[in-house]
Amino acid sequence: MQHFKVKLFATAQDAPVHEAIAVFHRWIQESALDETLIDVADYLHVPQGPGIILVAHEGIYSLDTENGRLGLTYTRRTALDGTDEERLRQAVEAVRRVAELLESSPEFHGKLAFDRGQWEVAVNDRLLAPNTPETFEKLQPALAGVFPGKQFAHTGERRQLLRVAVS
Amino acid sequence: MKASNPQWRDVLASRIAPHLAAEIDRFDNEAALKKQGKLEDKVFAETRLRRGAYGQRYDNGQRYDGKVARTLTYPSANTKGPHTLWDAPGMQRIKIPYGGLNAEQMEVLAELAEEYSDGIAHVTTRQDFQLHFIHIEDTPTIMRRLAAVGITTREACGNTVRNVTGCPIAGVCRTESFDVTPYAHALTHFLLGHPDCQDFGRKFKISFSGCRDEACALAHMHDLGALAVIKEVNGQPKRGFEVLVGGGLGTVPQQAKLLTEFLPEEELLPTAQAICRVFARLGEKKNRNTARLKFVIQKIGIEEFRRLVAEERTVLAQDERWTAFLANVDGAAEQAAKPSALLQITGAHDIGFERWRSTNVYAQRQAGYVTVTVSLPLGDITANQLRKLADIARSYVRETVRTTVEQNMVLRWVSEADLPALYAELASVGLSEAGAGTVVDVVACPGTDTCKLGISSSRGLAGELRSRLGAKQWELDEAIRGLHIKVSGCFNSCGQHHVADLGFYGVSRNKNGYTVPHFQVVLGGQWERNAGSYGLAIGAVPSKRVPDTVERIAERYLSERTPGESFHAYIGRIGKAKAKLMIEDLMTVPPHDVDPSFYVDWADAREYTTGDIGVGECAGEVVSPIEFQLTACEREVFEAQLALEANEIARASTLAYEAMMHAAAALLSWRVLPLGDGPDGIAANFKTQFIDTELFWDPFAGGKFGQYYLAAHERHMAWKAGGAGPDQDATRRLIEESQLVIEAAHSCYAKLASQKAA
Ligand code: SF4
Repeated sequence: MQHFKVKLFATAQDAPVHEAIAVFHRWIQESALDETLIDVADYLHVPQGPGIILVAHEGIYSLDTENGRLGLTYTRRTALDGTDEERLRQAVEAVRRVAELLESSPEFHGKLAFDRGQWEVAVNDRLLAPNTPETFEKLQPALAGVFPGKQFAHTGERRQLLRVAVS
Repeated sequence: MKASNPQWRDVLASRIAPHLAAEIDRFDNEAALKKQGKLEDKVFAETRLRRGAYGQRYDNGQRYDGKVARTLTYPSANTKGPHTLWDAPGMQRIKIPYGGLNAEQMEVLAELAEEYSDGIAHVTTRQDFQLHFIHIEDTPTIMRRLAAVGITTREACGNTVRNVTGCPIAGVCRTESFDVTPYAHALTHFLLGHPDCQDFGRKFKISFSGCRDEACALAHMHDLGALAVIKEVNGQPKRGFEVLVGGGLGTVPQQAKLLTEFLPEEELLPTAQAICRVFARLGEKKNRNTARLKFVIQKIGIEEFRRLVAEERTVLAQDERWTAFLANVDGAAEQAAKPSALLQITGAHDIGFERWRSTNVYAQRQAGYVTVTVSLPLGDITANQLRKLADIARSYVRETVRTTVEQNMVLRWVSEADLPALYAELASVGLSEAGAGTVVDVVACPGTDTCKLGISSSRGLAGELRSRLGAKQWELDEAIRGLHIKVSGCFNSCGQHHVADLGFYGVSRNKNGYTVPHFQVVLGGQWERNAGSYGLAIGAVPSKRVPDTVERIAERYLSERTPGESFHAYIGRIGKAKAKLMIEDLMTVPPHDVDPSFYVDWADAREYTTGDIGVGECAGEVVSPIEFQLTACEREVFEAQLALEANEIARASTLAYEAMMHAAAALLSWRVLPLGDGPDGIAANFKTQFIDTELFWDPFAGGKFGQYYLAAHERHMAWKAGGAGPDQDATRRLIEESQLVIEAAHSCYAKLASQKAA
């Protein structure tokens, strides 16, 4: 499987998300991430939308309210070598690192924090990973490898991407 | 690039018509050849444009990050067009003829937005969808997935017949002559890929409207606008169209001219074909800046154009498609999903619902049915919202959904009794926002967010205006709530600012050694009567002062209007001088150290200016003489507008011309170059020093603005030597051109000043 999409939920819903515009632009100036950072886009006007996004060649980071909950999402765009578990781990690690950077960004004044126990994993490719119980089964080893000791629940409606709640 | 791309072709093979599959396969192969370096950049660029795959900002690999111009390092050095890197994200435009969509198509658009873009599908001002941040290698798969549900991206961009637009309420409208949908459908398919439409020098836009007086299809600003008309012929009602040609916005807007008052329905397709053939034959091919149909008509006159079209019509080979569709024009009418029933409100009064109902619900001609507008902020909709809308379209109506040129979507044939339930379902995904078609429903082009040509942040400004006006919309007077605001990121008018009550287009100004984002204020355009008239610019205000500008103008309108006076009429009555006076104090920019926020655009955090401009200690106080001179030129253009208003054509024309000449002289003097002898000397020296050297050069428009000046000079001199004088139309155009020449002079000065400082 390719193109994992991983979300880490925020502890509170009222963080000053708009500050991410300045933070993401600063990261581009400082080359703060290893990826090729391209641009920032503001979608705060869209309810339950992508919020503020940081577009990289390899993937997109968003501080979003998709499905009604604030969180940090990484969506892998380019393909990666390795096993399913390695690819999932890459996305999870990308989220962890950016979450730490966001939490410590002075622009947020400590008002943005993430709950490391609340994740959601999706696969952003309907052909490689149709949203079925079979794909969910197939994903189990990778999930167990990356999130040892966690519970996994297949969520969302049939037309959405395969989504797994990790808690 | 998606790992699944190679598999999609096989998976969808049985679901795509063979000729469409073959077309996409060809494009896929061309992309592969380009990747191997076997196709020329400019050839592949036109190929992908014709399939709707467009470039996006920073795709030359350079981006100013607020401090330095940074090179974006992509894995591949390959290109997909001149100065366009292969790996740089691009935009995919998706044609939706007359905005008509079904539920399955919405679901596929949702999937594509999610899997290939940034989760957002964007509705444009011409009823298309756009997906941004797309990788070129994903585009053939996107096209296949769309083709499998009956959508093509063919001829979505490039020098082609673009998306055919039409009234979103055609067929259910209370004022239409008849439903234009089957005609728009027939013409779309007739012209798509038609051999007579493959050799245009520029794009060709068509719109259909069911009546003359509403705004829905903006017929006056199209290359071909068709207004439904019923005429009595031999005692029988006969369907046909009033046909308008040669309209357009762009840099210099032009109202369409009347080709014929009544074109019988069976003549619609062949006449459109004849128009396309005349355009292909006579339209400019080398200079894209004068290649739209409006320039052909300007050059030869509407009489001659009419004659040529009639002549061309007679030589066309008979085509059965011209009339075959007419057998079904009535049978094509949509049906409701549910019986009509009137709304019964029981229980508590829901203020949110009532407000939404007052702005977003239109009573159809068919009793008991309504059309519901789903407001999309800045035209944006998420994948989840699109899926929900598809569900709603299946359960409440027979999937009768359309996009609108105001960047919204409508659900037609809703049984009135279903409104509360429908509202609740929309609210569950954040789609129940009220205010459709009102002052909060601000229209904006992509601007600096993603457009390569954007000067100021149109979406950032529109978002700011939406939230400020939205917070108090229910306290606003009805007259203010009914205004239209439209924003373009540059003079190209994609946000249709010319036809708004309050229009804005992005410009920049060099102030105190910094470049500052501004918007030109364009007042008094008319959205109604199918874009009945265009507004004129009254002056530029800094981006950050636009919300105050809107507030100021709205307040004055409210307090000064006569009973029932429209904004368009009010601006006409007070005149542009008074309108300008109203906002003159808002045209200033505070020094950088007093308020640096003016030097950063909306929804951005980067300093707008190029960081390498030297900023001395007293930069705040230093104003170069050229800045004064260019400001004086702006004043001259403004005075020209006033003279035109007063019907002083000769004076208006002279002022507009002289404004250009003075701008040219200002640039020559600033570079310490000779002015030469009189107007001829200035024109000759400016040509050699600025135009031939391409110093006076716009990245998009090239040397167009310089040519405006030289052409105006020639005409002016010929007139003064006893030739024909300008008429009202030509003077109006000259004023627009003069404004653009001065904008270009500002940009030229800013560019050269920054180079000098570096
Ligand atoms: S008006 Fe200008 S900025 Fe806006 S989309 Fe058109 S070209 Fe781009």
